[in-house]
Amino acid sequence: MAQASVLPVFRAPGNGEPVIRLAEARKTYKTGSIEFEALRGVDLDIDDGEYVAVVGPSGSGKSTIMNILGCLDTLTSGSYLLAGENVEELDEADLAAVRNRRIGFVFQQFHLLASLSAWRNVELPMMYAGVPRDERRERAVAALERVGLGDRLDNKPGQLSGGQQQRVAVARALVTEPTMILADEPTGNLDSHSTEEVLGLFDELHTSGRTIVLITHEHEVAARARRIVHVRDGLIQSEEVRA
Amino acid sequence: MNWIETLRTSWFAIASHKMRSALTVLGILIGIAAVILTVGLGLGTQKDVSSQISALGSNLLIVSPGSSTSSSGVRGGFGTGSTLTQADAEALGSKVNAPDIAGVDAEKSSSQELTAGSTNWTTTVVGATPSYLSVRGRSLQSGTFITAKQDSDQASVVVLGSETATELFGFTNVVGQTVTIDSQDFQVVGVLASSGSNSTSNLDDTAIVPLSTMAGNLVGGSQANSVSTVYLKAKSADALPAAYQEAKSVLLNRHNIATGGTADFTVSSQDSLVSTATSVARTLTILLTGIAALSLLVGGIGVMNIMLVSVTERTREIGLRKALGAPPGAIRNQFLVEAGTLGLTGGIIGAALGIVAALTLPGVIGSSIEVSGLAIGLSLVVAIGIGLVFGVYPATRAARLAPIDALRTE
Repeated sequence: MAQASVLPVFRAPGNGEPVIRLAEARKTYKTGSIEFEALRGVDLDIDDGEYVAVVGPSGSGKSTIMNILGCLDTLTSGSYLLAGENVEELDEADLAAVRNRRIGFVFQQFHLLASLSAWRNVELPMMYAGVPRDERRERAVAALERVGLGDRLDNKPGQLSGGQQQRVAVARALVTEPTMILADEPTGNLDSHSTEEVLGLFDELHTSGRTIVLITHEHEVAARARRIVHVRDGLIQSEEVRA
Repeated sequence: MNWIETLRTSWFAIASHKMRSALTVLGILIGIAAVILTVGLGLGTQKDVSSQISALGSNLLIVSPGSSTSSSGVRGGFGTGSTLTQADAEALGSKVNAPDIAGVDAEKSSSQELTAGSTNWTTTVVGATPSYLSVRGRSLQSGTFITAKQDSDQASVVVLGSETATELFGFTNVVGQTVTIDSQDFQVVGVLASSGSNSTSNLDDTAIVPLSTMAGNLVGGSQANSVSTVYLKAKSADALPAAYQEAKSVLLNRHNIATGGTADFTVSSQDSLVSTATSVARTLTILLTGIAALSLLVGGIGVMNIMLVSVTERTREIGLRKALGAPPGAIRNQFLVEAGTLGLTGGIIGAALGIVAALTLPGVIGSSIEVSGLAIGLSLVVAIGIGLVFGVYPATRAARLAPIDALRTE
């Protein structure tokens, strides 16, 4: 696609393929006899190292895009290649493995387990990846230090502010070295100060070469991305690329 | 995710819902303790019954005068007692004709009034031979039993049951005292050890004199040579049927009754008594165990209920774990291990409580409780099984939750 030419310099060496390629993606939900077409033929390529925001009003299909990109849901028709792998052909257990390996989620509601301390929350995805215990602890601590919470390792989510909780979630998304960080309204529940904290973190991650896909309805948030994809009525309406 | 991680994760979940977990465990615990206790009580009762019956004398055959037919009960001879004699008893002791009979004790009993000083006590006076102790399975508390010489001399000696001694003297250390029976003085030479009572008579309320003394000095007359009962001890429980046949053929032969004719005596064993008593005890055990098993089932449904609540309450957690890469199997295992752990914990505590109760209760309620290793092992297996079986449905439901739906749940 045209956008590929203006990408930042962070590219996977020797690999011209985009990390994400949605082609003719359609998704239809059925509720009883009522059918609802959430996606009506979306084509989207995202290259390694890009910082992309998917923006649109509610009901536009951006949440469906998020679910599809996150391998939380499958397409009705069309194809989705994630790092060259056709995820439409995978069963539930394989999808779980792909999510574990490829995607770091950051949710609007943080989704931290209240009974676990910060580092135990960050450790979770590595448990499912089969990382040995000592290494898990080491990497969880490193990830929390990376997001500036090196002094909050043993705090439970209830003892942290909203911004801090979301930073724990970002650490959890980072810790598996995923292909892409997928953030769904990451600042939706945060005050302006915390929003700045988290978005600043994304900026840093982008600078260090991470691929970030941000789903949001707030234009100020989307403005932080290098490329903005506007979605409306299940179709990509327009795209803008920033320097 | 390996099993250690699954165990740790499950343990975290259990520990973070302490009250709920404790209540679930309580349900299983009560069920298991009840099973162990009731099975133990049933087994204990069975054991009590069979030991009470064997107190009558083990491997015992009882020969009584008069015939019994299948339809009309016992037919008396002319004057009960006349058909069985001391000579019959001696013949039954023959090692040639009755090799499976290890001991013979002929007895002649009648109710008499005993007097010691100013105290009267009416009891069954039994004329018995020196083999009484071994044949009837009794033992002495003090003194000696009637000797062969005392039997042949028609000596005026008596061995008292412990209760009879207490009734007459107020205590049981009465060897050397004198008791008057039918105006004759008898010297007490021994006291029987207590043996409890069976269904028909009090085994501790009796007075035993030599058979010859009984025949010659107490009931005498025309029936001097007759005996009221001959007790036979078979060599072993296995030899009981053979001993039964031998006793029958010896007596038929001696009484000149052709094979197939109506015998004028009856040989009976305790088999029927034992089997009736044990079947009653077994029915009781089954009944009690059924009730206990029911409470275990209720406990199991409790586990399922709690696990279902837990799945509903933790929908978001399940969704998150799936989003982070937990395969369906890991989620299912986590819930199964939680349910199994609750079951096992309840089982172990329940078994411990059941054992403690089984050890302390007999002192309170007076009947013995047999702690059965099998019952404990089995109920532990059942406890884990209940956790797993009743955990399968909630666990499967958890594993099937779609991660997006689960994540959107508030």
